[in-house]
Amino acid sequence: MSDTRDETPDYGDWEPVIGLEVHAQLLTESKLFCGCSASFGAAPNAHTCPVCMGFPGVLPVLNERALEFAIRTGIATGCTIPTRARWARKNYFYPDLPKGYQISMFDEPLAIGGGIDVETPAGTKRVRLTRIHMEEDAGKNIHDTDDAHSLVDLNRAGVPLMEIVSEPDIASAAEAADYLRTLRSLLQYLEVCDGNLEQGSFRCDANVSVRKKGDPKLGTRTEIKNINSFRNVERAIDSEIRRQIDLIESGGTVRQETRGWDADRGRTLAMRSKEDAHDYRYFPEPDLLPLEVPRERIEAIRGELPELPAARRDRFVEQYGIPDYDAGVLTARRDLADYYEAAVRTHPNPKALSNWVMGDVLRTVRERGLDEALVIRDWPVSAESLGRLVARIDDGTISGKIAKTVLEEMLASGAEPDDVIERKGLRQVTDAGAITGAVEEVLAANPDKVAEYRGGKDKLLGFFVGQIMKATGGKANPQAVNQILRARLGEPGTSSGG
Amino acid sequence: MPVSLEDVDHIARLARLGLTDEERTALRGELESILGYVEQLAKLDTGGVEPTASMRDDSTPTRPDRTSNDDDAEKLVERAPDRQGTYLRVPKIIEASE
Amino acid sequence: MSSSAPSTIDAASRALAAGELSATDLASAMLDRIAAVEPTVHALLTVTADRALADAREADRRRGAGESGPLLGIPIVLKDLFATDGIRTTCGSRILEHYVPPYDADAVTRLARAGAVLVGKANMDEFAMGSSNENSAFGPSRNPWDPGRVPGGSSGGSAAAVAAGECLGALGTDTGGSIRLPASYCGVTGLKPTYGRVSRYGVTAYASSLDQVGPFAHTVRDVSVLLGAIAGHDPRDSTSAPQPVPDYVAALTGDVRGLRFGIPAEYFADGIATAVEKSVREAIETLRGLGATVVDVSLPHTSYGIAAYYLIATAEASSNLARYDGVKYGHRAKRGADELLEMYRHTRDEGFGAEVKRRILLGTYALSAGYYDAYYRKAQKVRTLVRNDFRRAFETCDLILTPTSPGTAFRIGEKVADPLAMYLSDVFTVPTNLAGLPGLSVPCGFDEAGLPIGLQLLAPPFEEADLLRAGDAYQRATDFHERRPAEIGAASGGRSEASEQQSA
Repeated sequence: MSDTRDETPDYGDWEPVIGLEVHAQLLTESKLFCGCSASFGAAPNAHTCPVCMGFPGVLPVLNERALEFAIRTGIATGCTIPTRARWARKNYFYPDLPKGYQISMFDEPLAIGGGIDVETPAGTKRVRLTRIHMEEDAGKNIHDTDDAHSLVDLNRAGVPLMEIVSEPDIASAAEAADYLRTLRSLLQYLEVCDGNLEQGSFRCDANVSVRKKGDPKLGTRTEIKNINSFRNVERAIDSEIRRQIDLIESGGTVRQETRGWDADRGRTLAMRSKEDAHDYRYFPEPDLLPLEVPRERIEAIRGELPELPAARRDRFVEQYGIPDYDAGVLTARRDLADYYEAAVRTHPNPKALSNWVMGDVLRTVRERGLDEALVIRDWPVSAESLGRLVARIDDGTISGKIAKTVLEEMLASGAEPDDVIERKGLRQVTDAGAITGAVEEVLAANPDKVAEYRGGKDKLLGFFVGQIMKATGGKANPQAVNQILRARLGEPGTSSGG
Repeated sequence: MPVSLEDVDHIARLARLGLTDEERTALRGELESILGYVEQLAKLDTGGVEPTASMRDDSTPTRPDRTSNDDDAEKLVERAPDRQGTYLRVPKIIEASE
Repeated sequence: MSSSAPSTIDAASRALAAGELSATDLASAMLDRIAAVEPTVHALLTVTADRALADAREADRRRGAGESGPLLGIPIVLKDLFATDGIRTTCGSRILEHYVPPYDADAVTRLARAGAVLVGKANMDEFAMGSSNENSAFGPSRNPWDPGRVPGGSSGGSAAAVAAGECLGALGTDTGGSIRLPASYCGVTGLKPTYGRVSRYGVTAYASSLDQVGPFAHTVRDVSVLLGAIAGHDPRDSTSAPQPVPDYVAALTGDVRGLRFGIPAEYFADGIATAVEKSVREAIETLRGLGATVVDVSLPHTSYGIAAYYLIATAEASSNLARYDGVKYGHRAKRGADELLEMYRHTRDEGFGAEVKRRILLGTYALSAGYYDAYYRKAQKVRTLVRNDFRRAFETCDLILTPTSPGTAFRIGEKVADPLAMYLSDVFTVPTNLAGLPGLSVPCGFDEAGLPIGLQLLAPPFEEADLLRAGDAYQRATDFHERRPAEIGAASGGRSEASEQQSA
């Protein structure tokens, strides 16, 4: 499992200092500066036009929704939205960058300051944000087609991104992963990013350095790029921390450089860097005017913010009476919390449903490898169906144990709980006559055990119940069985009940 | 402001401009003379002066988030000097240090 | 036919409306004239004969269907950096020699809607970088007044085409004087509107914060008609201005009484040709005679304009021209086919001319690490000072009056060896672009060699109507704009030759 949180990382007297830069794709229909579709999966260059392909004379026009999403994120993370932000050109040559520059922001970003509260095993940790800015994505170069050529697909060129830069407040690889999970959850709550790491709509670069504990001076940092899963974030950062410590302890010095994560070899590797890679010659983008967002607009966006994870967690505790830990698990993902609440609306037993969602639902989601996805998609059991299933336990139609069998069938066939119960004949037997018959059979078959029980070996009650349940195919109502059995056997150690 | 041939080479590399030896030499002198001329700006006191980056003072306009592309990759890609299917094709990218 | 063809948009428009002339006749006459003078003038990089005849037939059909309009059927040319759907658009560069855009520039769309007839794409300094037209990759245009001289740049082809009678109006762009200087050198009227007045959509960028589209014609009246057609807000250009477009022709009242003209001493300093100063001073008297007031104003940062301009313009250009990399369209070098970086270098080496390379390098330098504050940012601050100069001056005057250029058209080759001397031709035009203001150049005399001299009028932002009213009033009182160069074809013998070719 990716969870390394309970292994306390031991870096001796070294202290890692980690800052993260997240590139989150904004959930818009069209690109940042043109009307091309921002969606994945089209034929090469099908989602291009003269603007995003950098033809002569064409000009960028800002996508209204992308701006709103970025502002929403800034507000939700407690950032200040300056009265003026400015677009800037970042200049470099690469075939996936059709204009020869990327429209981004530089010294006047959209949002500054703010921070994110991250739940860690050691408690709540505040990770401050440096800034949030908007920029356009580059296209894709494909290198492995033949020895002489590379291919270029510009479908992603111009797709709107938001770069969220943290302060170097993160102290371990596990904490970095916690930060990313929290941030992704927040973006999903805000409905501004789908948070899909595999498709690249949520990407992370990590700036890592180490210093001796107590040293106020930061060490030389390296930047790790190309990390595409939470698991790899932890592995890559941990590996880089250890590499730097080993390097310094063996008398070397850390070079400021960009490194890539090689998941197969489990280590970071220096990327061969272009010598001019860092002279981006930023200057204000003359094809766009500065961005001046009126205060009223910011307040309006603030007023429309959805309920955020922390508030929802508190509400779950209050409204549903579930433990804070459970509320934390359920609200960590917006899709899960929505699912839970929909189930509770169908059948108001929040505690039982909390157990079901945290137990069987999450386990199955994980088993099916869906936990990196935003929504419980490909999950065939609707929240309403789950609510109805638990309702059947509570009204005595089935036992909790049988319910698990029903759920499995629901997962396999997508059927409703009542259909499964009827079709498979799983309805609980509560009829005293039928149960008494089974009790008599079992007692008749085990006279020695009956004698032992009556002799005082009261633990044998469980044995009898088990045998009876077995005889009834698990359908007998356990309470009814208990009642009839006790009546028939009498109290242990006495000759008869009474 | 003296300009060296190394300066010329450096900025030519940044700008991805191939230059012949003659061009290098000529451009070195020309750049030096032009930069010498613009040096006059240094004498001007611009303390407290805001830079003008944009001629217009309003906020940049926005457009509604609607898609308008026709999904016709062919129309643009047909202008490319080299292509493979609807991919643009370029000589192998080798990220060797220069 | 060509001898009787009207030489102004206004006259042609009236003849077309009266049915004395068809658009098709007019287009044919222009194509004849083009064939006759092009061997000498070389104002055009592409003659769009088929398109012109098709446009003209369509104009005739529209007129037949009851439409009217001052540009319906009027032959025009476009500087070859206006994107024209299906017609090659070279920007005067080898790198785009065979590039055919899949869209029209906004100004092109508007002219087509008004019924203008496209007869050709005009020669220009490569990517609009130049003051003489000598930086065209396809050879310079020549000045119709003296084919041994430059027409000015960068929109030299557009100005020369109007002066030589190859069209009745033309569009150019002005980044540091590229409309006004050639208008002045070629003895025609040229207007650089306020930044944002005309959409830049589809106009290949040289320096985005300075570039502005504008018209050429013989008269201020014609220029007013063209401006009315191309001005207006365009949602595809974020820097396009939302201000409503007034009726510019209606503003031409001929009345300048009470209008205050500011005369900046800085524009009459050393280096200005005697004939230029004399003509401009006479123009001041002419306007005073029409009832205008003349006041002294000061634009103290004028002399810093060229330095600031060259830093800002080249910095933006170095970025704007990065897209010409041999990947998506345009020229790609055959050399360097085995490695991307080499492909880039060879492509841009082969594709760009000397001046473009020079400016890309200067701009790259101005933006590069360690120099940004000293150069680019400093230039932007100077830009603020230049803007403030004009703001202050316009507190005491309505328009500013200056020479368009310190001199008249120079000989081809005369300044090629000294880029800096060439840059200084723009000393009187550049500050206007830095401040985003509208500027008009009208013919105001001739020097000893018979070369035209230009008078420049400047106005506050979006006050084109005042500018045009003053220019029109001046033209009502003078006839410099009615003079035409001596017969061009005769000088080179090109006319009869070309005519034969045309009829063959």
